[in-house]
Amino acid sequence: MAHANTVAETLDEKLTQELGYDDHFHEHPHGDKFRSNFLTTYIFSLDHKIIGRQFLITGIFWAFIGAAMSIIFRLQLGFPEADMAWLQPLLGKWIQVNEAGIGKLDPEFYYALVTMHGTILVFFVLTAGLSGTFSNILIPLQIGARDMASPLLNAFSYWAFFLAGVVMFLSLFLSTGPFSGGWTAYPPLSALPQASDGSGAGMTMWIIAMALFIVSALLGGINYITTILNMRTKGMNLWRMPLTIWAFFVTAVLGVLSFPVLLSGVLLLMFDRGMGTSFYLSEIVVGGEILDRVGGSPILYQHLFWFLGHPEVYIIILPAMGIVSEVLSVHARKPIFGYRAMVMSILAIGFLSFIVWAHHMFMSGVNPFISNFFVIFTLIIAVPSAVKVFNWISTIYGSNIRLNSPSLFSIGFVSMFISGGLTGIFLGNSAIDIQLHDTYFVVAHFHIVMGVAAFFGMFAGIYHWFPKMFGRFMNETLGKIHFWGTMIGAYMVFWPMHYTGMAGVPRRYYSIDTFNSFKHFTELNKFITIAAILVFFLQIVFIINFFYSIYKGRKVTEKNPWGANTLEWTTPIDTGHGNWPGKIPTVQRWAYDYGKDGEEFIPQYIPLKEGEHDHGGH
Amino acid sequence: MTALIIILCVILIAIVLVQIGKVTELTAQIKGQEEVMRDSSKWNGGLSIVFLVVFLVGVLVSAWKFRNEMLGYGPLQAASEHGGALDSLFNVTLFFTGIVFILTHIALFFFVYKYRWQKGRKSLFISHDNRLEVWWTLIPAVVMTVLVVRGLNAWNTVMDDIKDGEDYIEIEATGQQFNWIIRYPGADGKLGTRNHRLTTGTNQLGQDFTDRKNWDDFIPDQEFLLPVGKKVRVRITAKDVLHNFYLPHFRVKMDAVPGLPTYFVFTPIKTTAEYREELRKYPEYNQPNNPDEPDGPKRWEAFEYELACAELCGKSHYSMRRVLRVVSQEEYDAWLAQQPSYYFSQVRGKEGEDPNIGEVLDVEVGMRAAAFKETIQTALDSDKPEDKTKVLDYIWYESGSAALTANSKYELDNLVTAMNEHTGMVLRIGGHTDNTGEAEANMALSGARASNVVQYLIDRGVPAGRLQAVGYGDTKPIAENDTDANRAKNRRTEFTIISQ
Repeated sequence: MAHANTVAETLDEKLTQELGYDDHFHEHPHGDKFRSNFLTTYIFSLDHKIIGRQFLITGIFWAFIGAAMSIIFRLQLGFPEADMAWLQPLLGKWIQVNEAGIGKLDPEFYYALVTMHGTILVFFVLTAGLSGTFSNILIPLQIGARDMASPLLNAFSYWAFFLAGVVMFLSLFLSTGPFSGGWTAYPPLSALPQASDGSGAGMTMWIIAMALFIVSALLGGINYITTILNMRTKGMNLWRMPLTIWAFFVTAVLGVLSFPVLLSGVLLLMFDRGMGTSFYLSEIVVGGEILDRVGGSPILYQHLFWFLGHPEVYIIILPAMGIVSEVLSVHARKPIFGYRAMVMSILAIGFLSFIVWAHHMFMSGVNPFISNFFVIFTLIIAVPSAVKVFNWISTIYGSNIRLNSPSLFSIGFVSMFISGGLTGIFLGNSAIDIQLHDTYFVVAHFHIVMGVAAFFGMFAGIYHWFPKMFGRFMNETLGKIHFWGTMIGAYMVFWPMHYTGMAGVPRRYYSIDTFNSFKHFTELNKFITIAAILVFFLQIVFIINFFYSIYKGRKVTEKNPWGANTLEWTTPIDTGHGNWPGKIPTVQRWAYDYGKDGEEFIPQYIPLKEGEHDHGGH
Repeated sequence: MTALIIILCVILIAIVLVQIGKVTELTAQIKGQEEVMRDSSKWNGGLSIVFLVVFLVGVLVSAWKFRNEMLGYGPLQAASEHGGALDSLFNVTLFFTGIVFILTHIALFFFVYKYRWQKGRKSLFISHDNRLEVWWTLIPAVVMTVLVVRGLNAWNTVMDDIKDGEDYIEIEATGQQFNWIIRYPGADGKLGTRNHRLTTGTNQLGQDFTDRKNWDDFIPDQEFLLPVGKKVRVRITAKDVLHNFYLPHFRVKMDAVPGLPTYFVFTPIKTTAEYREELRKYPEYNQPNNPDEPDGPKRWEAFEYELACAELCGKSHYSMRRVLRVVSQEEYDAWLAQQPSYYFSQVRGKEGEDPNIGEVLDVEVGMRAAAFKETIQTALDSDKPEDKTKVLDYIWYESGSAALTANSKYELDNLVTAMNEHTGMVLRIGGHTDNTGEAEANMALSGARASNVVQYLIDRGVPAGRLQAVGYGDTKPIAENDTDANRAKNRRTEFTIISQ
């Protein structure tokens, strides 16, 4: 491992020796005593880079499970007549085989799959897998810190997430099935075991898993905020931070402020379930049994849930936005357009995300008058979102953009964010929401804007920082097959859902055949299912590429293979504990000097020339 | 076996992919990274234009293909008065967002193509442009303002509750796992009160039957009807978990929440028949409704307004279907007249269900008076001797005694009225008992009871000469004295018209 007294070979090393900040890191070599064997290096590591990769690989595991679940319920929707007996070895009693040998998916389990798909994707994959991965890997590296403010809490954050996953995974094997009342877990359905099999032990385990997950999100979030505020290297003022860091920062703030509200919401739900309280229950007769619970309100839960639930969608999308801004700029060889406007819109979106939660509840029975405020604030979000979109497009204008997997996924993200964002303008207007609420239009909207788009942001990040994470490149050809296939396939899956939604087909229907008004969409449903299967297999291409490239990918031979400006590319290819072997580089300029003054790129550690305008100045 | 083949296929594909990866890495090494980048940018720049064209064409073509299946387009216009406003707001939003969607996509993918990586090309150094940024902040802000103003106008009109003095019908929809209970207010136009603690197998809604508003409420068990052109306020409740009252064709949707009644006010403007006629004009709706029965009813013929549930409520959430039929006012009135009151047809007189048992309700007094008048008339009109004798259903005595109960006065008064109307009528009042107890005692008791009836009539001014009282004891049973119910039938008071 290189140390401070080694000879500086490259410009960045020279400048770091000259201008770097000496925190006497090399004089406290205990960094490595925590990495003495396999277990402490790769499993119970306190190193942010290992923890980030743990989040990533766990996220990939959950994404596979969640996607596989969606394929099973898509089979039911696309091919309701088909024989599913072949799934019996996997699903056991949840496939009911009749005398003719035809296997049918149990409706109870259909709803369990839908519920688990939502919970897993929203929390385990797009929160932990996305924000957990990239906040961990990039925050210390890009701001010039040795590690997180508290590496121990950081490790706890991963292990709490891991435990949450274990509990959720075990709940899949309960005889009454996992929770089946939708990822939003609205009471009374989620509060009454009499109302649904999944609301028994499955719901108890769902709550425990969610509580552990919230612990993980809070430990992580507090760490990210503290690290960004306190541990930036010399010269890294807020206006010089890359947009990734801004995005992770606001994401962490949203999480820290909103997750506790969800925790209180599910705790009260637990009291209603186990202690006979009536926070959410009133005047209920379930299955002929008159409950002695009055005075509560199911709508209270919805307020508590969506107070997290809405910021949650920005917790998912903001990191993707940050990654896309950075990746686009690096590969376009051009500064991100309107850096300050981008920061301001991240802040505006973050702020607004706290005062729009009831737009999920226009039709829930809240006073219609209240909805007026939520309509106004919701549609205001369109403005900063539009600014971001125009800025991304302007970044490509006049650029010299390398079209490789990371930049293609970033471009795909912009397309998805436009398509999905625009349908949000319909849904945010309560009058239109009367018709569209809880139809497939909503399913199309949020899958495109925070499902596919967030995944695209994540893929862009993985392809882009894979060299930093594993010292090798991912395969470009497979990456491009993955991109174009997913781009086309994802639109084939979700675009037609706008039509079924406009026709009024409600979401969360096991079968649409019961209704004359809906049943003629059978053919379209078949089309969607086939496209979904296609997209699913394309993700396996990604998984193969990912794991194959870790061991056999093309090796990284230079520290800064993309020619990027940010500090993570000044660390050694095999980045050790503490990130920089000697001094920490100091920051002299903003992160987006691409194509300036005839230079292709000017990294952040290069001092300003005489009279040069500093875009990161005040 | 199939599983094995599938696993083998997956492994094979994985190996092929890995090999593709290896080959491309090798060629890249031979060609050099710069050449690879140039090829890649050329290819993907071209692909982005192909994608742009295919995507936009696909969007337009598919929208055209499904236009007649989507609400608001083709024949699927809103069937309610407020629905049109929502559909037009949808279209205004579609207009603005459609423009943005197409322009931004063209810009995005065209720029990707135009500014794809080329050796030696320098990118422009543009960090920001304040004027541009102000424009594209202001324009969305103005468009959003338009949409918000239009949207909130529509919203507040649609969600308005009934105002004082408005003419409307109120019905109630209650969601439960897994069906809808629809309750109509009956002749008084008012829904009776409910208390969930009163719920039983018969009284599914927990109606409080001491509340007279409940007595005429009725609960249709198949389709439910509404008149066209009349404002309807649906009171929406739930018994167990959340449900959602969803009428897609009327643009009506509202959660049903246990413990918190909600409402939705709407006015149907098209009858089911009119809607079918609209559909009939479109080829899509002239297909057979069930593809397996090519000669069966066509889609427009099978059309019904449907009520669905739009809030996940458990495993049979997808099956909470009810048919709503919108008809003319005359047809609606005729249907209303046929609907039996739930209370009088299902609950009245049932032990443990009816809180008014042993009481005569004022509405019953009227109903019984009318029924009695008819009974007398049939008896007078008939020539057959057996028709001249009728049982007086609503006369009761104190247990083991001849004293008339207070509730008997209504039927006795009906008798008085009949005597006054038909002045030539002479009646014999006959008392009967069952066969329990001493025959002599029964004879005496039945005689005394008949006499008490006669005495009541005399006290009300009926001439004594037009009345006779006879006690038959247990000598003339009308049923076997084998069960409690049959013995109850035998304990009765009758009248016989002797002359008229």
